[in-house]
Amino acid sequence: MSALPAVSVDNLRKDFIRRDGSRRFGPRRRVPALHDVSFQIARGECVAILGQNGSGKSTLVRLLSTLLLHDGGSAEVFGVDVFAKPRAVQRLVNRVSVEASFFKRMSPVENLSYSARFYGLGPRQTRERIPQILQQVGFPPDRRDEPMEDLSRGMQQKVALARALLTSPVLLLLDEPTTGLDPRSKLEVQAFIRQMRAEHDATILLCTHDMAEAEALADRIGILHHGELLCLGGVEEIKQRFGAETLEQAFLNATGRAFEDEDDDQEGRG
Amino acid sequence: MQLEQGAFRRELTGFAGIVERNIYLIRRFVWWEVAWFLYTVANTLTIVFIAKGVEAAGGKLDVNEATIVLLIGAVIWSYLGLIFEIVTETVAWERWEGTIEYTFMAPLSRPAHLLGMGAFAVLYGVLRTVLLFGAVAVFLDVHFDQPDFAAAAVVLAVSSFSFIGIGMMTAVLPLISPEKGTQLGFIAQGLLLVVSGVYYPVTILPQWMQWLSVISPATYTLEGARRAIIDGASVSAVWDDIWPLLVIGAIAIPVGLLVFRRGEQYAKRHGRLKRSG
Repeated sequence: MSALPAVSVDNLRKDFIRRDGSRRFGPRRRVPALHDVSFQIARGECVAILGQNGSGKSTLVRLLSTLLLHDGGSAEVFGVDVFAKPRAVQRLVNRVSVEASFFKRMSPVENLSYSARFYGLGPRQTRERIPQILQQVGFPPDRRDEPMEDLSRGMQQKVALARALLTSPVLLLLDEPTTGLDPRSKLEVQAFIRQMRAEHDATILLCTHDMAEAEALADRIGILHHGELLCLGGVEEIKQRFGAETLEQAFLNATGRAFEDEDDDQEGRG
Repeated sequence: MQLEQGAFRRELTGFAGIVERNIYLIRRFVWWEVAWFLYTVANTLTIVFIAKGVEAAGGKLDVNEATIVLLIGAVIWSYLGLIFEIVTETVAWERWEGTIEYTFMAPLSRPAHLLGMGAFAVLYGVLRTVLLFGAVAVFLDVHFDQPDFAAAAVVLAVSSFSFIGIGMMTAVLPLISPEKGTQLGFIAQGLLLVVSGVYYPVTILPQWMQWLSVISPATYTLEGARRAIIDGASVSAVWDDIWPLLVIGAIAIPVGLLVFRRGEQYAKRHGRLKRSG
């Protein structure tokens, strides 16, 4: 039996074109957002990519979710080429990002219903599944029909998780899913991610700048810096490699910057 | 074969999802829709009363016929404008709400997506147009001599395809220019208004504008609808207006899809889906 990786990324490259300075017709230059990134994720594995703002984490997620076109290299999801067969990949993948991203006047049920149709789920299927999934993520039943704009950030993020789970993705891309949440909501979302992984056999790529979250949820951790994947391995392996006692120290040794520092060259990077 | 049927069913479900989403939005913004409808009624009345105003100022014209000509122009333009706006705002609204990336990463083909927007626009447009026509007629003292409303409805239905196609072409503009794309779409709509004879015959336009009127689907829609309602012309009698609409629609929809696809590729290459503005 072949062990086909869930995600296989090989020398993946993405540049953005930016104009220099403020001149309307100034010269353009290519800004690398991802530079020859290679890694694999096994089926059922959870890999966390750590990086500061602008390190290229979101660009990686967008490339894997078919929202960006690449400039070199390749990416496959369960053996399917992301750029040659985007539609087939779209059926396998879903995503939760830092912004909950909903039609804010519509209710959770309405938002989940229409988005499930895009994945081929008819009204009969969603009528039963939406209440079940909302219950699973701990969303209060009496607030299902309220507009999204009246819900807290934590609740909105639970609906975002429910939206992703509703389509039964085999690869889940989590792009800073708990950023901006209060500690309790953060723990609830993290618990649900664990549960999802255990019960649904989902493979997870988690991009975050929360070290504790990465350590708590991931099997392996990678450090992405200025679009380059500096390392990918178990927590102990990374600490050992960079001669550090903590993951934070390992990050500092690997990148030469404290984790909480903002990247000062984030132009064009997601 | 089974695989194809499954794929077709998925597309159809996705298409229905687009219509469903827009129905939810109408329900959630119902008071805004009522306010907008009242504005449209007031705007239409402002236009149709021009005929009586000209007579009161000493001008000589058949007030009944001029009122009907203006009424048809205003109501049909409201319908076509609504279709155009809904399709044009496919991208703009989703960008504003922040859902655009989720829609574009879903396994829904772009034709199903855009035609779903078009189908909703036609359904909503027809309902709104009937209500508008009825509401404005209450304020007017006009009479129709044997109007063929069915023939006018056929003209309107056929013209919808052309406007959906043109709307697809302009829907791509916010992908290319997040800040000004939507406004560029309204400029295109305004240009169609000028050259299509909405409130005056195209024969009064400068020659170069008359050439443009030949390729505008609104020209044939208005001409056909007026002949059907004012002269009582049947579907076969307005065929001269229907066939150009069929031709323009048959060209506009594939070209619209192609233009949108190119715009989407551009946005994905340059990271323009994400930007909000």
